Amino acid sequence: MRISEKFKEGKEQKRSLLIGFITAGDPSIEVTPKLAKALVEGGVDIIELGIPFSDPIADGPTIQSSSMRSLSNGTTTKDILDMSKKIVEELDVPVVLLTYYNTIMKMGIEEFLHEAEKAGISGIVSPDLPPEEGEEYVKLAKSKSINTIFLASPSTSDIRLDNIIDSTSGFLYMVSLFGVTGTRDLFTDYSSQAIKRIVERVNGRVPVAVGFGISKPEHVRNFTKLGVDGIIVGSAFIKIIENNLDNSDLMLEKLNKLAKELSHAANN
Amino acid sequence: MNLKSQPTDGKFGIFGGKYVPETLMPVVDELEEKYNEIKENEEFNKKLSKLLQDYAGRSTPIYFAENLSKKYGGKIYFKREDLLHGGAHKINNSIGQALLAKSMGKKRIIAETGAGQHGVATAMACALLDLKCEIYMGSNDVERQSPNVFRMKLLGAEVHSVKSGSQTLKDAINEAIRDWVTNVESTYYLIGSVVGPHPYPMIVRDFQSVIGREIKEQFPKITSQQIPDVIIACVGGGSNAIGTFYPFLDDECKLVGVEAGGLGIDKGKHSSTLSAGSEGVLHGARSYLLQDKDGQIQETHSISAGLDYPGVGPEHSFLKSQDRVEYVSINDEEAVNAFVEMSKLEGIIPALETSHAIAEAIKRAQELGDKKSIVVTLSGRGDKDTPIIAKHLGNNL
Repeated sequence: MRISEKFKEGKEQKRSLLIGFITAGDPSIEVTPKLAKALVEGGVDIIELGIPFSDPIADGPTIQSSSMRSLSNGTTTKDILDMSKKIVEELDVPVVLLTYYNTIMKMGIEEFLHEAEKAGISGIVSPDLPPEEGEEYVKLAKSKSINTIFLASPSTSDIRLDNIIDSTSGFLYMVSLFGVTGTRDLFTDYSSQAIKRIVERVNGRVPVAVGFGISKPEHVRNFTKLGVDGIIVGSAFIKIIENNLDNSDLMLEKLNKLAKELSHAANN
Repeated sequence: MNLKSQPTDGKFGIFGGKYVPETLMPVVDELEEKYNEIKENEEFNKKLSKLLQDYAGRSTPIYFAENLSKKYGGKIYFKREDLLHGGAHKINNSIGQALLAKSMGKKRIIAETGAGQHGVATAMACALLDLKCEIYMGSNDVERQSPNVFRMKLLGAEVHSVKSGSQTLKDAINEAIRDWVTNVESTYYLIGSVVGPHPYPMIVRDFQSVIGREIKEQFPKITSQQIPDVIIACVGGGSNAIGTFYPFLDDECKLVGVEAGGLGIDKGKHSSTLSAGSEGVLHGARSYLLQDKDGQIQETHSISAGLDYPGVGPEHSFLKSQDRVEYVSINDEEAVNAFVEMSKLEGIIPALETSHAIAEAIKRAQELGDKKSIVVTLSGRGDKDTPIIAKHLGNNL
């Protein structure tokens, strides 16, 4: 399913989409599709699968540990693409990959996109690839109908934002705060102001999804009110995985429960 | 291609660039703009020169190592960066960037350090210029370079021991970048080598090029030659090497960069990024990396903490691609031997990092014979390494 159709659906139903992030291969490559299923059954609209990287500079301790667990299992890029295909076939939701750029470069841009296309991937987020360095990548992805999801931050100026939107398809990934990934208890007014500014400036050119720090229904409600089209939750799900490594039934149950709570809050 | 005109558009050939999270893009753009402005500013340059002279101790001498030359052949000269305040070339860059940070109104400085030399130099510059200073250092390095950790603390810096990953320089950089993304408005990231996103590799090179410029001026005065036949420097990230090589890029002399061979490239435990690595993107730049087939960064090994890094400055990757600099590898054992030899023959205890360059100079001197001149940048002194050497040699000097 295409990302744009999903956002259209959200708009018609007057709710923001819930985008759920998990690291592929944590706790194992076999369990990842089950986690995705639990999330989707709980109401997650788009699955974002992280390809673990040894040096994840945009991530806080929770996703760092998750990446290390996956890598210590010997997870490879090929394993992840093969497994993604299963998720795409089994669950009727768009699947997006999150990968640091070195993973793409190492395989080669063209081959990576080719393999992603074969796996049925709808879009790619690369947190250390700004549009300035991604010209060839954007061009090739377009030819394969894979969305290139770029990021915006509270520090992004209006002029930069316009350039970013030109390279963005699927949705714009708005980083809610200055910092790395990881759950936060409270958001400052600064985040709300920044999100408002970006949503206004984007003005419907692409859907806007907000991520980083979001872990509670009240966060989801507050950001949904600001007019964003999607909410991205990662570390909060991964904490559940981390805390239930020895009990996969409980892990699935709790993921499903949190997804339900969050997606309920996204229904404005 | 004109080697000296790089970077153009933030790139050295295909290497370099700005591969950073969006939050940092406006910051590196602003830094680039401010730096290009200030590097032409007379007042800034005057202030920098004065501090380099009166505070850091520039210019440093170039010294003919007669005993070493007699024993191994060739004419071996040392550019004495070890005599600088703090004991290494790092202060050239730290003072420059601290002044730059101050002029940008930043009050808090963060930096990474491997061997601790950049941490010490940055802590000194921050003490001098009244800036708050926090240093990230891998917990392995905190242990093996403990004298420098204490020095940083004495100088008023806070030292964060980084326990993630391989707990060395690479992980210290990861953590410094995470801090930077979080405190982007108040904080200046003072990178210690010619690595990171553009404009850092250019800024650090410019501040370190004083090494090569002085060699160029001094060398003809003490020899009958204008330009040395061979110039050698060690390469971790590569700042002392670029600083040494850059002014000579258009000259007819052999330039040799020496990487850490650790226990041997064939054994897979080394830090010879240019000799054994492949292209990739790490810490904001496209360059050579030590990585596996999936692009995961590999753990490195070197007896010297300052060379123990799986990446290398993008300009070095460029100079390798242009065949302008030859990059070779010296292993732990050869470096330790050079460390001891230098101490005994010349009465100079060199840093372990530098000892790699000295080992290569000894090799080349034997091959080249008496007529050829070799200049080695003696990037730092080795006091910090005496515990490691004592342990390595079983305290049996």
